[in-house]
Amino acid sequence: MKLLKLMAATMFAAFFATAAYAQITVGVSWSNFQEERWKTDEAAIVAALDAAGATYVSTDAQSSSAKQLSDIESLIAQGVDALIILAQDAQAIGPAVQAAADEGIPVVAYDRLIEDPRAFYLTFDNVEVGRMQARAVFAAQPEGRYVMIKGSPTDPNADFLRGGQQEVLQDAIDSGAIEIVGEAYTDGWLPANAQRNMEQILTATDNGVDAVVASNDGTAGGVVAALTAQGMDGIPVSGQDGDHAALNRVALGTQTVSVWKDARDLGRAAGEIAVALAGGTMMDAVDGAIEWTSPGGTTMTSMFLAPQPITADNLSLVVDAGGIEQDALCQGVTDGPAPCN
Amino acid sequence: MTDVANQPLAQKKNPIQQLELDMRLLGMVGAFVILCVGFDLITDGRFLTPRNIFNLTIQTVSVAIMACGMVFVIVTRHIDLSVGALLATCSAIMAMTQTAILPDMLGLGLNHPLTAPITIVVGLLAGTLIGAFHGWMIGYLTIPAFIVTLGGLLVWRNVGWFLTDGQTIGPLDQNFMIFGGINGTLGPTISWILGALAALAAVATQWNGRRAKEKHGFSAKPMWAELTLSGIMVATIMGCIWILNSYQIPAARLRRLFEARGEVMPEGFTATYGLPISVLLLIAVAIGMTIIAKRTRLGRYIFATGGNPDAAELSGINTRMLTVKVFALMGALTALSAVVASSRLANHTNDIGTLDELRVIAAAVIGGTALAGGIGTIFGAILGALIMQSLQSGMAMVGVDAPYQNIVVGAVLVFAVWIDIVYRKRAGIN
Repeated sequence: MKLLKLMAATMFAAFFATAAYAQITVGVSWSNFQEERWKTDEAAIVAALDAAGATYVSTDAQSSSAKQLSDIESLIAQGVDALIILAQDAQAIGPAVQAAADEGIPVVAYDRLIEDPRAFYLTFDNVEVGRMQARAVFAAQPEGRYVMIKGSPTDPNADFLRGGQQEVLQDAIDSGAIEIVGEAYTDGWLPANAQRNMEQILTATDNGVDAVVASNDGTAGGVVAALTAQGMDGIPVSGQDGDHAALNRVALGTQTVSVWKDARDLGRAAGEIAVALAGGTMMDAVDGAIEWTSPGGTTMTSMFLAPQPITADNLSLVVDAGGIEQDALCQGVTDGPAPCN
Repeated sequence: MTDVANQPLAQKKNPIQQLELDMRLLGMVGAFVILCVGFDLITDGRFLTPRNIFNLTIQTVSVAIMACGMVFVIVTRHIDLSVGALLATCSAIMAMTQTAILPDMLGLGLNHPLTAPITIVVGLLAGTLIGAFHGWMIGYLTIPAFIVTLGGLLVWRNVGWFLTDGQTIGPLDQNFMIFGGINGTLGPTISWILGALAALAAVATQWNGRRAKEKHGFSAKPMWAELTLSGIMVATIMGCIWILNSYQIPAARLRRLFEARGEVMPEGFTATYGLPISVLLLIAVAIGMTIIAKRTRLGRYIFATGGNPDAAELSGINTRMLTVKVFALMGALTALSAVVASSRLANHTNDIGTLDELRVIAAAVIGGTALAGGIGTIFGAILGALIMQSLQSGMAMVGVDAPYQNIVVGAVLVFAVWIDIVYRKRAGIN
C-alpha cells in the first residue's frame, strides 16, 4: 500500500508537470517565491519565453541557499540551456554558478548580484534610482535642511542609492544651499526603524527639517509617520518601489516621488537575454550590455534598466499599466491630481 | 512473544521466507525503487542518470548523517528539535575558526594544512559539548527533551547569527571543502578498490555469522539463500560504485583544472568523479552507528531503555548518563553534518540548516523509527533520508510547483507512519 501511495504521489507530480521539452529550455531558480512580487516577474519571463518558443521550468528555494544549490543541480541535470537565478545569497550561490559554467550553461543573475564574472547581471539601475529620488526632492525644495534616510547597512543597493542621491545634491551642498542635518541607515529596511531614526533626527534638530530623501517606500512610510506626528507632513519625501501605500501618499501629497521599477520590464529582458545566451550569443554581444565592476571588485557583464519616477504628474501611468487599482490609489484623496479628481 | 526456538520446524517455508529478509525494509527499498523508476519515466530518463544519482547522494548526506543520531534519540523516547539550529552554530564556529581565529591568532593562513583538521576538531568538540549539555538538562534536570531542544532551536540559531553578524562567511579552506561532495571525490581507481574491499567485508561478515550460528547449534539459512544474499550485496555495492564512476567530469571543468596547473588539456581527455568523500563519510558513520546499535553495551542499553525506561533503570542502567551520551552523540553527528553542509556551499550562510530538524526527524520516522521508542534502524533512517531527497529533487526536476512539493512530502510522511503502524499490528510486533 505504501508503494501504491508513492506511485500515486509520483503520478500526482506528473500531473502538475510542465509540458514537453522544447528546443530551448530555460530554468529559473527563485529564492523565495512566497513573496508576492515575483509572480509578476514570472509572468513576464514566461511571456518572453513563449514568444521565443522556449520552455519555462522553475524551482523555488524557499529562502534556503542550500536548497537553491540542489535546485540548480536538478535543473542542470534536467538539461536546461540557460539559467535565470534570483540568488538567495550572492556568495553561497558560487558552487551553483560553477556547476553551470562547467556544463557551459549561461547564467543570468536576476535582480540580485551574483559575485561571479560568468554570470550576466540584470537589474534596474539603482544609482539612477537614487538620482531620480534626489532630483524630485531637489526640484520641490531647492534649498534648506535635508535628511537622508538610507537603506539596510547589509544591502549593497543602499549605498548605490545613496551614491546617486549625493551626485545630484553635491553642487547644492557645495554652494551651501543645502545642508544635510541628519543621515541614518535603516536596519533591515524596516519602516519602524526608519520612523524611530526620523523621530530622533527631528528631536535633535528641533524639527528644523525641510526635505527628506528616503531610499524606498517602506522607509518613506516611517518618515511620513514621524513627520505627521509633528504636523510636518507635506514636506518633500522620496521613495521607490511603487508600493500601493506610497502611491496613495503621492496622490495625497505627503510623498513627492516613488521611483517605480516595472517588474514586467525586468522579467521580459531576463527571458530574452536567457534565450539569446542559450542560442550562443556572447554575453558582451547582448544589446545594451555594459562592463561593470561590482563593489566586491568583480568585473561583470551587466545590463541596467531605467526606472520610472512616479510623481503627482504621472500617476495615471501606473494605473494604466495595471500597477494599482484606481480605488486603492485614490483612497481618501479629494481633488487630488489625475486620475483622482 | 512466543519463543521462536521452541516452535516445531514443521511448517514449510517458501523461498522468500527462507532468505530471512526484513520484509519492512524490503518494502521501503521497493518503494524507493518504484519512486526512482517513476520519476525516470516522467523525466524521459533524466532521473536515473549517473549525474543525477551522484547529485542525489551528495544532497542526502547532511540530513542522513544527522538522521543516524536521531534514531538513537527517538529510540530512547526523546526528540531533538534543535539539530538544524545546532548545525548553524557549529558551522558558524568552524567558519570563524578557519577564516578569522586561526589566521589571526595562530598565524595559520587559509589553506594551511593544519587549518582544516583543527577546524573540524573544534567543530566536533563544540557540537558534542552542546549536545551533552542538552542531554544533561534532559537526563539530570528532567526537563522534557521537547522543551530543551525547542529552546535550543531558538538559542543556537541565533548564537550562529551572533557569531557571524549574520554575514555569509567564505570562501572556506580548500582542504575543508573536500567534504563538500563535488569538491572532493576519490576518482575511479580508489573507488573500485574501496568497493571491492567493502564487498569482501560484507561477504566475510555474513559467512562469519553463519559459522557462529552453526557452532552454537542454531539453524542456519540454506546454502542457496546465503549465496543469493552474498550475490545481491556484492552486486549492489559494485553497482553503486559503477554508477558513481560513470559520471564524467564536464569538459569545461577539466579544462579549468588543467589551466589552474598551467597545463593544456590533451585532446579527448576524460575523467570521472568516483565516490564523493562526503558519501564515504556517511557510509563510515552508518557502519559505526550500526555497530554501536547491534554490538555494544551502549547500543543494547539504548534499545532496552527505549523499550521500557522503568525496567531499564531498575535493572541498573544509568539512564540519566545514557541520555547525556545519546545527545552528545547527536551533537557530534550534527557537527559532522555542518562540515558537509557548509563545505558543499563553499560558504557559511546564516540560513544554513533551516528546517533540517524536521527533515531529519521525518527521515528517521519514514525509515521506521517508532516515536514510542525502542525500535529503529540506522539503515532505515538513511533510506528514509534518501527517499525524502529523491521526492524533493524528483519533483523539482519534473517541475511541480513548490507548494505541491511540500504537500506531497508531508502526505508521504504521515502515510509512511500509518503503513508502519498497520504493518506492526499485522506482524504482531508491539
